[in-house]
Amino acid sequence: MSMVLDIVVMSLIKGSIYALLAISFSLIFGVARIVNIAHTAFYMVAAYCIYVVTHYLGWHPVPAMLMAIVISILLGMLTYKIFLNPIREHEGAVLIATMAIAMIFQEIMTLVFTGSYLSVPNLIDGFIVILGVKVFNQQLLTLGAAVLVMVLLVIFLFKTNLGLALRSTAQDREVANLMGINESKVAMITMGIAIGLAGFAGAIVVPLEILEPHMWTTPLVMMMAVVVLGGLGSLKGSFVAAYIMGFTEASVVFLSPQGAFLKVSVALLIMIIVLLIRPEGLFGVYFEEER
Amino acid sequence: MKLILFYLRKLFSVVRNEVLVLPSRVAVIIFFLFILLLPSFTDDVYILRVFTLTCIFAIFAASWDLLCGFTGQLNFGHALFFGVGAYSAALMNLHWQLAPWFSIPLGALIAVAAGLIVGIPALRLKGTYLALTTMAFPIIVMGLVFTFPDFTGGELGISGIEKLAPTRIQEYYVISILMLGLCTIMWKITDSNTGIIFHAIREDEIAVRASGINTIRYKLLAFCLSGFFAGIAGGLYAHFMRIAGPSTLEVSLSFQVVIWSIFGGAATIYGPVAAVFLLYPTIELFHLIQDYRTIVFAIVVLLVLIFMPDGLFRWLREKVEEECPRCKVRNIALRKTCRVCTAPLH
Repeated sequence: MSMVLDIVVMSLIKGSIYALLAISFSLIFGVARIVNIAHTAFYMVAAYCIYVVTHYLGWHPVPAMLMAIVISILLGMLTYKIFLNPIREHEGAVLIATMAIAMIFQEIMTLVFTGSYLSVPNLIDGFIVILGVKVFNQQLLTLGAAVLVMVLLVIFLFKTNLGLALRSTAQDREVANLMGINESKVAMITMGIAIGLAGFAGAIVVPLEILEPHMWTTPLVMMMAVVVLGGLGSLKGSFVAAYIMGFTEASVVFLSPQGAFLKVSVALLIMIIVLLIRPEGLFGVYFEEER
Repeated sequence: MKLILFYLRKLFSVVRNEVLVLPSRVAVIIFFLFILLLPSFTDDVYILRVFTLTCIFAIFAASWDLLCGFTGQLNFGHALFFGVGAYSAALMNLHWQLAPWFSIPLGALIAVAAGLIVGIPALRLKGTYLALTTMAFPIIVMGLVFTFPDFTGGELGISGIEKLAPTRIQEYYVISILMLGLCTIMWKITDSNTGIIFHAIREDEIAVRASGINTIRYKLLAFCLSGFFAGIAGGLYAHFMRIAGPSTLEVSLSFQVVIWSIFGGAATIYGPVAAVFLLYPTIELFHLIQDYRTIVFAIVVLLVLIFMPDGLFRWLREKVEEECPRCKVRNIALRKTCRVCTAPLH
């Protein structure tokens, strides 16, 4: 019984983090048509920001979190303006530009903080016991914050004018442009929001994880798997797929002897099996190729 | 005797009329000579080692280009073929005592099988979907490698593999001549009918299918060919480094090959090879500033891309050569008229 609850808690946390990352990744892909490999690199940058602010400046973690999110938003918009906007027409070039950006962040972090493992203090200490299982308050906080931000994002996308502009640009860039939406500005705003979400994901997950310069690769792979599984460009799909992946990962970790090594493999295998049956993902719409 | 003289004269006229008139062809000749004569300039073991690795990665990058540049099947998990080739060559060498001459081609055949396995889901996916899905395969294999450490050596990898050749210079020649041969073969493939069909699949798959061509067969063929060449590169790597570790399956290796190929210019074969020969030795020889070299590399790639999004070498070729508007023969940019049909070039 206690193991079941362990699995549930862990899969909810993992799932929420993947959902945040995947939804923001799909936003960028949908609106700006950029496959942003550097997405989780921003997640790492935000995590390191919190480390610096709490460790060197000695601030409380909450303002540190806010600062990390603001910094990642600014960084995201800057990289878009400087590096991605000039080459947006060339798909391949954008792809490796984002890879190069991710590498630059990784190397900067390695230079500044060396490759050593670091950790960040919890926002709140202590734990509560649910049905005989110890659940840390930090875990509950992470879960709650992730769900809250997702609700806010949905309200933003479906109830505000800017959200409408975003969704229409994602549907059809040219027509949105004809209707008077400044497409390049919308793309930049989307980049800011999405990178901010990635930064937020990094900020809430960092007390539970180990901080090191390569921490962005595993979430990157899982995030992409979630996006593909849910269907590219479908927010609902990303949300559902994120919890499927989170659950798979958590149950493999707890149920199989070599779980820590196998968790990513099993999750990806499930993705491939689903894709064999449904190539457009769970909730994706199958686009006919643009001609 | 007369026959030999005739062929010599023919060779001479071909060189003078077809090769020396175009800077890109001269560059290829110089490149071949450089590769073959390098050990006579230096016998520094370190430099030879760097260039041997460069040759291996050149095969690898060209094989990515064959699949992704030409056929348009974006593969973000190309390290799978490299790693499978390396691991199977290493295992066969270690357990069955096969000589490298057998273990490398057999490893490449297993990489072909891996190509088929990746190719089957890839038949139903396109573009970004495909790119993100293929990324999963090497990671799945990596999970298996870590789960069965008794068989695969786990994190340390398989060591104690037989050397490719007794000395460094011999190893260099084996690998560099193989590189020149395999890259020429790949370039010939892309120039043949099959290559034209690959190209057409990238441009418009539905139109190709409408012309009565079995695109499924050709896409699988592209995966197999690419897997074969990448598998050979992996096997060579295993026998050269004498270790096959999980680093051959890493995400960063998959990304590296994408960066090399697009940096040099995708869908050209010569672009990726030249990019590897430009980037890899430069980075290695930067060992004075060890800590900064990856960041310098990334920044250089980023800056080059902003100005030349189609790739460095394609851009260079466009600068020094011009296509005749009438007969489509390439000319050096300095000429005022076409060298074949004398039409004005500008």
